[in-house]
Amino acid sequence: MTLLVTAFAAVISFILWYRKAPQDEWKISFLCWMYTGASLMWLVDAVVEYLSVGAAYFTPAPADLLNDLFLGLSVILLGLCIWAILLLIRDPRGVIRKRNGRGGKEE
Amino acid sequence: MACFAVPAAEAVITTVAELVLRSREKKNAQKEEKTEGAALTLRAEKTPFSRKLGWLNRLLWGGSFLLLFEHIWHGEVIPFFPFLTGAANPADAAEMLHEMATSGVAMAALVTLFWLAMLGVSTLAGRRNAAARRAVKEKQE
Repeated sequence: MTLLVTAFAAVISFILWYRKAPQDEWKISFLCWMYTGASLMWLVDAVVEYLSVGAAYFTPAPADLLNDLFLGLSVILLGLCIWAILLLIRDPRGVIRKRNGRGGKEE
Repeated sequence: MACFAVPAAEAVITTVAELVLRSREKKNAQKEEKTEGAALTLRAEKTPFSRKLGWLNRLLWGGSFLLLFEHIWHGEVIPFFPFLTGAANPADAAEMLHEMATSGVAMAALVTLFWLAMLGVSTLAGRRNAAARRAVKEKQE
């Protein structure tokens, strides 16, 4: 479930990035790289688990499914938080810089 | 248990390689700018290898970081020594090392293969663009 959620996030962020590519003002590519890397790594985890438990991999217990769903959503949220911090630091629209500049003038 | 450590280790190596390559490319570009001039504009259109290596870095760092979070979630990474529950005793350590040697190496290999495929696509697209530009130039002449 974690793999599925992250893979969806990777595809959605790729589509969002591609709509405006090669421009990347919002740094959507950062989300693409992060979610794609994690999806590939979890894909290996999934294959290893499939090799050990077989078809039972596709019928997890509801409690495991829920835990994995929570984990997947938390991973997405963590990725978005890191992206938001990066966006604030880079400040592509110069909102924070402008505000700081204006504040300085007012003083 | 600590499979994410292998791609993270690869990320450290490729990040260092990217930084070294980038500074070398910068130096070369400055040299060429002084000597050649016009030929540089043609070469500048090509994506530098350091930038391509940056794609691999982002894949590896991003993936490793999110997997680290997953390991914290499952209680396999702890905030105190020895930081990995798998390293607490020799039996668990052996299992952890086995997982790193199998899953960890496979993760690093898959991400690298994915990046190589991206390089292939990028090279093909670059060639196609160059051919299209050449055709337009020939028509104009």
